[in-house]
Amino acid sequence: MWLLNSSIGRKLIMSISGVFLILFLLFHASMNVAAVFSEEAYNAICSFLGANWYAVAATLVLAAGFLIHIIYAIWLTLLNRKARGSDRYAVNVRPKNVEWASQNMFILGLIVVGFLGLHFTQFWYKMMFAELMGHHEVALGSGMVSPQDGAAFIRYYFSNIIVVALYLVWYVALWFHLTHGFWSAIQTIGWSNGIWLKRWQAISNIFATLICLAFAFVTIFFYLKSIL
Amino acid sequence: MDKNINITLKVWRQKGPKEKGAFETYKLNNVSQGSSFLEMLDVLNEQLVNEGKEPVAFDHDCREGICGMCSLYINGHPHGPDSAVTTCQLHMRKFDDGATITVEPWRSAGFPVIRDLMVDRYAYDKIIQAGGFVSVNTGGIPDANAIPIPKKDADLAMDAAACIGCGACAAACKNGSAMLFVSAKVSQLALLPQGKIEAARRAKAMVAKMDELGFGNCTNTRSCEAECPKEVSISNIARLNREYIAAKLQD
Amino acid sequence: MTQINSKIPEGPLAEKWKNYKDHQKLVNPANKRRLDIIVVGTGLAGASAAASLSEMGFNVLNFCIQDSPRRAHSIAAQGGINAAKNYQNDGDSVYRLFYDTIKGGDYRAREANVYRLAEVSNSIIDQCVAQGVPFAREYGGLLDNRSFGGAQVSRTFYARGQTGQQLLLGAYSALSRQIGLGKVKLYKRHEMVDIVKIDGRARGIIARNLVTGKLERFAAHAVVVATGGYVNAFFLSTNAMGSNGSAAWQCYKKGAYFANPCYVQIHPTCIPVHGESQSKLTLMSESLRNDGRIWVPKKKEDAEAIRAGQLKPTQIPEEDRDYYLERRYPAFGNLVPRDVASRAAKERCDAGFGVGNTGLAVYLDFADAINRLGKKVVEQRYGNLFQMYEKIVDDNPYETPMMIFPALHYAMGGLWVDYELMTSVPGLFAIGEANFSDHGANRLGASALMQGLADGYFVLPYTIQNYLADQIQVPRFSTNLPEFGEAEKNIQDRINHLMNIRGKRSVDSIHKELGHIMWEHIGMARNAEGLKKAIEQLKALKQEFWTNVRIPGQGDDLNIELEKALRLADFIEIGELMAHDSLDRAESCGGHFREEYQTPEGEALRRDDHFPYVSCWEYQGDNQDPVMLKEPLDYEFVVRQQRNYKN
Repeated sequence: MWLLNSSIGRKLIMSISGVFLILFLLFHASMNVAAVFSEEAYNAICSFLGANWYAVAATLVLAAGFLIHIIYAIWLTLLNRKARGSDRYAVNVRPKNVEWASQNMFILGLIVVGFLGLHFTQFWYKMMFAELMGHHEVALGSGMVSPQDGAAFIRYYFSNIIVVALYLVWYVALWFHLTHGFWSAIQTIGWSNGIWLKRWQAISNIFATLICLAFAFVTIFFYLKSIL
Repeated sequence: MDKNINITLKVWRQKGPKEKGAFETYKLNNVSQGSSFLEMLDVLNEQLVNEGKEPVAFDHDCREGICGMCSLYINGHPHGPDSAVTTCQLHMRKFDDGATITVEPWRSAGFPVIRDLMVDRYAYDKIIQAGGFVSVNTGGIPDANAIPIPKKDADLAMDAAACIGCGACAAACKNGSAMLFVSAKVSQLALLPQGKIEAARRAKAMVAKMDELGFGNCTNTRSCEAECPKEVSISNIARLNREYIAAKLQD
Repeated sequence: MTQINSKIPEGPLAEKWKNYKDHQKLVNPANKRRLDIIVVGTGLAGASAAASLSEMGFNVLNFCIQDSPRRAHSIAAQGGINAAKNYQNDGDSVYRLFYDTIKGGDYRAREANVYRLAEVSNSIIDQCVAQGVPFAREYGGLLDNRSFGGAQVSRTFYARGQTGQQLLLGAYSALSRQIGLGKVKLYKRHEMVDIVKIDGRARGIIARNLVTGKLERFAAHAVVVATGGYVNAFFLSTNAMGSNGSAAWQCYKKGAYFANPCYVQIHPTCIPVHGESQSKLTLMSESLRNDGRIWVPKKKEDAEAIRAGQLKPTQIPEEDRDYYLERRYPAFGNLVPRDVASRAAKERCDAGFGVGNTGLAVYLDFADAINRLGKKVVEQRYGNLFQMYEKIVDDNPYETPMMIFPALHYAMGGLWVDYELMTSVPGLFAIGEANFSDHGANRLGASALMQGLADGYFVLPYTIQNYLADQIQVPRFSTNLPEFGEAEKNIQDRINHLMNIRGKRSVDSIHKELGHIMWEHIGMARNAEGLKKAIEQLKALKQEFWTNVRIPGQGDDLNIELEKALRLADFIEIGELMAHDSLDRAESCGGHFREEYQTPEGEALRRDDHFPYVSCWEYQGDNQDPVMLKEPLDYEFVVRQQRNYKN
């Protein structure tokens, strides 16, 4: 199967799963921004995405997307290390026009996944997972809230400066990952040429910035709201 | 203005592909900045021969930047710190008096070291042998002007065809990928009506050979393009991806 | 005395090649598979021949000294390739290309060969386009042409400033296809060190594996040498560092005649020498002379001020510039043939008008072209050459004129071959620059590519069959035959001898000394006294080499100094033969200029009554003078004239 045993096939899987995750991020960011304007609306989305068959199915697909992206990332990284040979260069210089992110995608990905773990224990585990387990109330700090009251989770976690700082670091890593990942995916799929390469790179930067700003905006907004 | 400089060289010495290599340090005085990097190495070798030592083995031939024989990874760059040149076109005026210059061979699993700075790049020839050609025999060819080709396509094909097969792309790539090299040939021939006929077959055969030879997977870092002495663009890689994916989907 | 038989077919000029092909012997497909051919070299001639022969069904063994067939020095040709397509509707024809080549060669080439060359030139372009060579095109999609020296029509096809590269990659791709199919066996990093003859015929070679240092034996029914020219005897030349004359020289020592060794081409537009560590000279394409104007200051004091760094060329007013080529040759101007342009530059520099800090340079100025066409057009045409110049010299040619000076470039002389491209040793063929056949005493620009590909694609694949047709009953040879053993032993002894000298001088230091002798006495201007002196000096240098060279390392290992030493040993002897030939040819023609024979205006004075022949040198043994045989050049179709590029 060429998607498994050819380099371009493997890269194509990486790209398509990446683009899929990018679309998810776009959705997630839009959803978060809704919380700023109306916590009720946000909670409505949360309950819509609760223990429903379609939400579960979508979550499974999403999880598969993540897994494929991660497994391929590990596989490709190992293959590429092998292709590099056993002797390493003594002097390494990053040439001009080469993004730092492009050479550190795996590390950035690790950071993103690491924070994802934190995010899961804080939100997903207590929301969708709790609901799936049949709990109607979960402990949040000293109190108990409904797993569908997403706004309560946001208010609670983002009032903690350490959590806020960690999330902001996460967004920065995500930003770097996206600035390269987006156009690189398009390039791998083959939808690029001399002119469009520059455009895709610009679009990648704008897109990554918008997504990460949206996440950061919500995070900071709720932090400020908690201290004011 | 060019002057004479004193430099320290850290040169990788390695007896054979299986043997362990190490850096040797040499001092070289009064090197003319007007001379090329390889002429500087000639001076070093002359010095070594006069001391009864074995000269540093390195590949080189035309010394005008077109044969693709010279290599060398100099101070962290394939073909050295200048842009759009091969090592033989790199001049010593790019270095300051008192500089320490580190010279390494191409390092990539696809390019085993033969001796010192000399590596085996036959893998690239094997990729071409797998499909980097138009299958026409000598003779019985229609007139050269029988098929007009848009100037734009001919120019793009020429941009890709400028590749000299030196291996700097794979040497620069942290993934040890040969995609720029492969894509340049695939692009050149896919852009011309003469090559289009077997474009799908060519893309599949060349990529399969590239993978078989152990080159890495491209992650679009653009190092290859930045270090390519002929400034071959990664838009060729996009074209190769397109050609390859389309060819596979047609199967 | 041996008679030279050049086997020129009967009939009118335009029908000779056709007649030959109609009546030659062929080898049928089943028999082709049983015949092995060794092709040494993978340049335009070698690669195209190896690919074509293999496509036809022969078994081919192909050798190159580099790590890949694509590195051969044909790749460095910049400007273009000639063909008589007449796409520009400017009156070109096969006859005109033939005539220009004969005239450009100063009436010292063989008419029938040159006509055949012109005849097949068109097929070469067709072939290359079919291979995917991206020649320059017009907006309408058709092929573009440019003009080159020695012609009044635009017949040069080009791919930017990298025509040689693109043509070679075309031939290389055809060759690669055959290697991939398993029909050509490629031996890279292998250097041919001897020819093996059995019963008087060439039946194999000894090659040194440059990685292991071991000698290896290869047998075949015929051997084709496509190993290029020998001008690296001058140390500094535009040739690649590895280009050498050794393969051809071994053929000579095994009985192949060496023809016209004194004809070497000095290219007028090269980047001047910068200093002692200079290892080679870089050519700036002749195509630059399409738009560049060559000049030196009119006043000696200006030239002196420039040399002292007190004056810049852009400060010299128009009226104080001497556009000497336009002045001396109004009809051809800056596009006179190479030998003429080179000598004119030397004349100005010798007279004290040279520029650059050494005084050994002239200007090639693009200011007019930039004014007339705009910087953008100039950049499109010559961008890569300008960039190359700037990287080497650190001067911007868009702002200040380039400096150029003549340098050794090409060997018109080489192994003598008959019409079938076979040397005087049966079964041994020579093609491309390695033979002598088509360029006479001077080669026109963009004709080397034409000849290399003509020989490899369209001539040798036919003519070699005429020889091989008689060989179909001959079984494959064993490399255990005593002839192979003896040849290998000889070369092993030679290597052992070199390794055991353990003298004081590096190979390069002796090579540089050789270069100085050659440039001084056998260079752009030669005279009897200097040549005699050179012969003495070369004898002494040979002695010095064989007693005082120092080669570190082992003989049976990768050894770059030993490789160079083996080649240098031959270069010294080639130099000697060049000196003998130059002395013998008491006339000036093409690239061979004898100061004693010039017109009052300083133009070359040919002596057709005395020297209308090819000098074919026959080896007689190590310490004996070679014997010269003459192949008369009877011109049946062209009337010899004094070359005139003035009006």
